Amino acid sequence: MLFGVIVFPGTWSDTDCHYAIQDVLGFQAEYVWHEETNLSKFDCLILPGGFSYGDYLRTGSIAKLSPIIQSLSAHINSGKLVIGICNGFQILCECGFLPGALLRNDCLEFRCVQTHLKVETSNNPFINLCNVNDVLEIPISHGEGNYYADPETIGLLEKNNQIAFRYSSPNGEINSNYNPNGSINNIAGILNSSGNVLGMMPHPERSCEALLGSDDGSLIFKSISQWISQQN
Amino acid sequence: MKIDKTLLDEIALSEKEYEKIVELMGRSPNHLELGLFGSMWSEHCGYKHSKHLIKTLPSQSSRVLSESGQENAGAIDIGDGYAVVFKVESHNHPSAVEPFQGAATGVGGIVRDILAMGARPIAILNSLRFGPPGASQTDHIFNGVVDGISWYGNCLGIPNVGGEIYFDHCYEDNPLVNALCVGLVKADNIASSSAKSVGNTVLLVGAETGRDGIHGASGLASRNLDSEQEMRPTVQVGNPFLEKLLIEGCLEALETGHVEGIQDCGAAGLTSSTVEAASKAGLGITIDTSKVPAREEGMTPYEIMLSESQERMILFVRPEYVSEISLIFTKWGMYATDIGEVIQSPQIVISDGTNDVAQIPIQYLTDAPSYSTNTSLAKLDSNKNTLHRPAPILSPQDTLVSLLSSQNIGSKESVYQKYDSQVQTNTLIGPQHSAAVLRIKDTTRMISLSIDCNSRYCFLDPYIGSQIAVAEACRNVSCTGATPIALTDCLNFANPERPEIYLQLEQSISGMGVAAQIFDTPIVSGNASLYNQSDSCEIYPTPIVGCLGLMPNSINPCKSGFVDINSDVFILGTDTIHCDSQSLSGSEYYSVMHHSTTGTPFIDLELEFKVQALCRDLISQNLILSAHDCSEGGLAVSLAESCSIGNIGFKSSDFIFDDWEADLFGETQSRIVVSCHSTKSQTLIEIAQKASVPIIHIGSTTQDSFQLGNSINSNIITIKDAWQSALP
Repeated sequence: MLFGVIVFPGTWSDTDCHYAIQDVLGFQAEYVWHEETNLSKFDCLILPGGFSYGDYLRTGSIAKLSPIIQSLSAHINSGKLVIGICNGFQILCECGFLPGALLRNDCLEFRCVQTHLKVETSNNPFINLCNVNDVLEIPISHGEGNYYADPETIGLLEKNNQIAFRYSSPNGEINSNYNPNGSINNIAGILNSSGNVLGMMPHPERSCEALLGSDDGSLIFKSISQWISQQN
Repeated sequence: MKIDKTLLDEIALSEKEYEKIVELMGRSPNHLELGLFGSMWSEHCGYKHSKHLIKTLPSQSSRVLSESGQENAGAIDIGDGYAVVFKVESHNHPSAVEPFQGAATGVGGIVRDILAMGARPIAILNSLRFGPPGASQTDHIFNGVVDGISWYGNCLGIPNVGGEIYFDHCYEDNPLVNALCVGLVKADNIASSSAKSVGNTVLLVGAETGRDGIHGASGLASRNLDSEQEMRPTVQVGNPFLEKLLIEGCLEALETGHVEGIQDCGAAGLTSSTVEAASKAGLGITIDTSKVPAREEGMTPYEIMLSESQERMILFVRPEYVSEISLIFTKWGMYATDIGEVIQSPQIVISDGTNDVAQIPIQYLTDAPSYSTNTSLAKLDSNKNTLHRPAPILSPQDTLVSLLSSQNIGSKESVYQKYDSQVQTNTLIGPQHSAAVLRIKDTTRMISLSIDCNSRYCFLDPYIGSQIAVAEACRNVSCTGATPIALTDCLNFANPERPEIYLQLEQSISGMGVAAQIFDTPIVSGNASLYNQSDSCEIYPTPIVGCLGLMPNSINPCKSGFVDINSDVFILGTDTIHCDSQSLSGSEYYSVMHHSTTGTPFIDLELEFKVQALCRDLISQNLILSAHDCSEGGLAVSLAESCSIGNIGFKSSDFIFDDWEADLFGETQSRIVVSCHSTKSQTLIEIAQKASVPIIHIGSTTQDSFQLGNSINSNIITIKDAWQSALP
């Protein structure tokens, strides 16, 4: 079981992800430079947060042109796991691995705050240690996390159980008071149709230790590990 | 070349200084040479009015690995093989002229200072001063500065963990933007800023050099802020993405062990970085400006040497390792260009690729003249030191609500949530508490950071006010449980050529030195920003003090908010609920309610030291649940803040407040409000008595009431709403 943490120029959650996965949770993780094309040894690839290429032009638009993206596509097509966090989610959307796009927050400002996420589906590789309707406390830190897709796509995501998390109150209520960025239907994270790609704006690697305020994020990495060990 | 007043004025040299240069050189300098003198002898680089005063500050302790002036930033041994590097620096005038880029590049500049120590930047704090909200330019400057800090810092992946923001008329034209950066480095790997040895290649890495920021140090930072509209081209433009790559590239290059010296290109760009590095090595340097990657064609050696283009560093590397080091920067997509060589002869020789175009002995450039102003001519206004006590205009309760919703006291959450305060996953206590706390991975240590200054106190009495600034920074750190171990300072003052201002500077530094000695906190780094005034107003003396604290990770760091209901609440540092009239000197209360700042601030440093030690002792024994100092707004505001942060109420004992203005809103120093489980109250009182620190039990926490003696009877919702309504 090996996690790969992809590093683009401008990525900054790479060390946080590596630390959470390896030092806190005891799983194996390696950094993967964005020019690497052989990804065969990795079970799960993480696209971490940050500002890849400064997010100039549009978030993720230049990262999309990195050499690693083609191999990432093959990795996804073979059914292996990918999780995009924050900028990683933006890159996955930009590449078309996930539907929709992340617009500027509706407040037009950067937001770094603690958020609560209601688990919408748990029968997947990423959240299987949680139950539907569980509420996880995981922070956000972004300027462009306002998830948007056309009504038809949203309808399909809802229908196919592809909504992974929604922003909610600590008790799981979902309404605009608990929506930090204007996302449609309070969407905080989505899965692809095959269920092997997760994109989420909140940062689970920042909530893997009670010391930091919450260890709910560790459930995601533990779920992945559990799912992979069950496959093997 | 014709030398006239206009030309000298452009590079901020006096006629006398010009004559001295001619005398030193034994000839007239050419235009480029004069430009080098202009920037190296500027107040900003040469510290002409402050260096002899700064030298008097205590700068050493057993933990100090590099002290003020020796390297780019002070380095402190924190144990377990690591050192913390920290420094605060100003970017005031650029932020006045172009708030967004001025503040952004202020962050960028201080981050490179830390990087130049070989340290990874792990935290940023800011101390900001603006004119009153609603004043003509304030909103523009305030929004620009906050957005600039947010834009640049967030992109770097360095958490912004706190700071302070104040508004006052005196900052209306001349805001203050001070940025503090903290770095972490293995104690054995602290980098040198020396050019080191003859034959070393001078490697310029990072961004291309453009025409931005020319005369930034001499023209913009070293004189009053007049007719600022024309100054815009002297402000640099930042590229945080490039800075992020520069951090990674430089740290990777340093890791090889083949970089002998490293310098950031800050004020006065290539000139000061190369001259200072050569000076430290006692050697000379050659630079070929034709090799410098330029952003536009036709740049002259003058423009290249004085450009303050951002995101550049200078590395000194043995020639045999240049290709290995260059490859690292290529990987990160950056230039690494051989632009010159370290030479034996102690002079800087600049060539345009064909001819030598400047040649000056290094020492002439680094020995900037030193000036004192005759303070006996200072006109002192002692009227301000008589406390004026106008009749109260609101009830105690309405006064509290009014103070809580004022900009200086109210919550700054709307600002801090624009900054990423969590990246790097070390932030245990972030913005909005007394001080920030970070764990240091791979060690058994935690550090605490605070940045403070009440400039109203300094205006009334620079000596006492500066002592209070040191005391408050240390107190805030002590409130988390950490022991203050070092300070950094940014001396923001008006024009030092005026006797009154120079006297402020003298008294302030003297007061700071005394306080630093008492707290055993050497001032290991800093910056002086003078000429902070416009035609119409000058700033209060504002010596910003940053404090670094240290504690073992066995301690549970303490926060400012109340934690639980039915806790006992005490004040450490006093045995009475009452304050004397003097406590209203320079108070937020009189400033908000009457626009009046009078009186004589006071502090007993011995008591202060004992109170802080007691607070740390109680935290290390796990006896208290929260600790929050009484500062602006006094006891009532301190309690209201602890309630608002913790979402918990408070009810005091049955006190009668005879002089409610002083009792509730007086700012008597050396007081810390703590809460504890009632089962631990007796132990707490005994420990305080043993430490000879006065203490008083003032009440207990409640579900939702907010009640103070016979004066205030409100509830937590009203209090919290007021506190949170201050900034939109």
